[in-house]
Amino acid sequence: MEFPRLLDELFPRGHRVQVEGQVVWGSGGSGAGEIAVIGTTGRAAIGVEIALALAGHVLDVVRRHPGRPILLLVDTSGQRLSRRDELLGINGYLAHLAKALALARAQGHLLVALVYGEAVSGGFLSFGMMADYVYALRDAQVRVMNLAAMARVTKIPLERLEALSRTSPVFAPGVENYVKMGAVDALWEGDLALELAAALRKPPRPDVRRALGFERGGRAQALEVARRVREATDA
Amino acid sequence: MSASRKHSYYEASARQRVLGVLDRGSFREILPPRERVTSPHLAALELPVSFDDGVIVGEGLLDGKTVLVAAQEGGFMGGAVGEVHGAKITGLLERAKDERPAGVLLLIESGGVRLHEANAGLIAVSEIMRALVEARLAGVAVLALIGGAYGCFGGMAIVARCCDALIMSEEGRLGLSGPEVIETVMGAEEFDSRDRALVWRTTGGKHRYLLGEADALVADDIAAFRAAALQHLGSRPLDAQALEAEHALLAERLGRFGDCADAHEIWRRLGIADVERLPLLEAAEFLAVAAGRGR
Repeated sequence: MEFPRLLDELFPRGHRVQVEGQVVWGSGGSGAGEIAVIGTTGRAAIGVEIALALAGHVLDVVRRHPGRPILLLVDTSGQRLSRRDELLGINGYLAHLAKALALARAQGHLLVALVYGEAVSGGFLSFGMMADYVYALRDAQVRVMNLAAMARVTKIPLERLEALSRTSPVFAPGVENYVKMGAVDALWEGDLALELAAALRKPPRPDVRRALGFERGGRAQALEVARRVREATDA
Repeated sequence: MSASRKHSYYEASARQRVLGVLDRGSFREILPPRERVTSPHLAALELPVSFDDGVIVGEGLLDGKTVLVAAQEGGFMGGAVGEVHGAKITGLLERAKDERPAGVLLLIESGGVRLHEANAGLIAVSEIMRALVEARLAGVAVLALIGGAYGCFGGMAIVARCCDALIMSEEGRLGLSGPEVIETVMGAEEFDSRDRALVWRTTGGKHRYLLGEADALVADDIAAFRAAALQHLGSRPLDAQALEAEHALLAERLGRFGDCADAHEIWRRLGIADVERLPLLEAAEFLAVAAGRGR
């Protein structure tokens, strides 16, 4: 969905969201009052500048608007692939962004993420995936890597991966697979303002993605393995 | 040769590292290989599985203090994170939140997400990140140790920088996208992955230490990692003040070095006269040169 239309549909009462380069921030009116909006647009490749800018906006909201819910608008093609970003320690910038969001959660800001474009790998890990609740539009793209590239890296024939993708959500890109595995709560298909209002009424919550993935049949092992390690008494 | 024999961290297996870092005889493994906790996704691809899915987790003592430890085995799929592998680390970090040990040691050796179970691996890394920050917010120190042959890349490089402190050897490498990945996607003119010296000075421990990404630079010796872990075993706040300070540091780094095309330029700006010699220095000599520079 085009970004201006997305904002109009999310905030029919109006919004104060600015776009600078591929970084967006501001606020919008919802039934629950003013909420903060932070995100990216144009399938942004997240390099050190964007990661730092996003973290700065998160820290700003924490400082200036204690407790205000934050809507994370996700559209990223992943981390920027460049030697210069690596040289500057891009992983540290992405970790900083993730920690800023963790701080916001810890200080009582509800984090709701909406994948409205693409959500890929490192860019998604350090931003949208840190939220309490993650939603997506039906035409959103979520992936680590496309199937052809995966076939090349793993040296498993593409036809084999395609066949397995039909029975398992583990390999193939696609928002439904992330729903099944518990990383996306649900798709927003109706009135976006109503969907947002409903999400904002939910309580903050611990990480329940393993349990969701288990219930939905997408991840059979993670819940039980983590529980066994956490609760083992014979260590 | 020094009188005490070194045990290379780089050459060691994950198990040898755990046993060497912790107090002798103190390690108790959780879900050891006899439990046969393996990846269902690798089995579905008819690929070999490992009875610990490439990561060892458990409890032990570090100089008498209780610590939890996870160690990734680079020898199994490059230490890459799949569903089971990731869930073991997540469970360990949640256990830390319950038990409040003196710390958690993450002996990271990983290429990142295991592509054979890509979606599950990505979500597993996210779950590790969430559990890690929760443990830190509960006051448990989490340390990353990096010095294995496969380095620390992909999502695990983000995990490493979410820790309280990061300990590296000069042989250890840290980066988000590996040189081969960048070369494959962007071309060899962007990053020539066969240029070993270039790869080393971009991702290696010495550069990471000078940049302030690593808190300690140690020799490739298991005992040196143990000593550094003990020295850095303390919880650092993860609060607004700490993150504002980190923000200022990262902004300053970008302003100071953002136009540098090569690590040599960064090192020169840090006031290091003979940058060509830096790679040749032993850890102790290097630390003497680095003292007071940058960071």
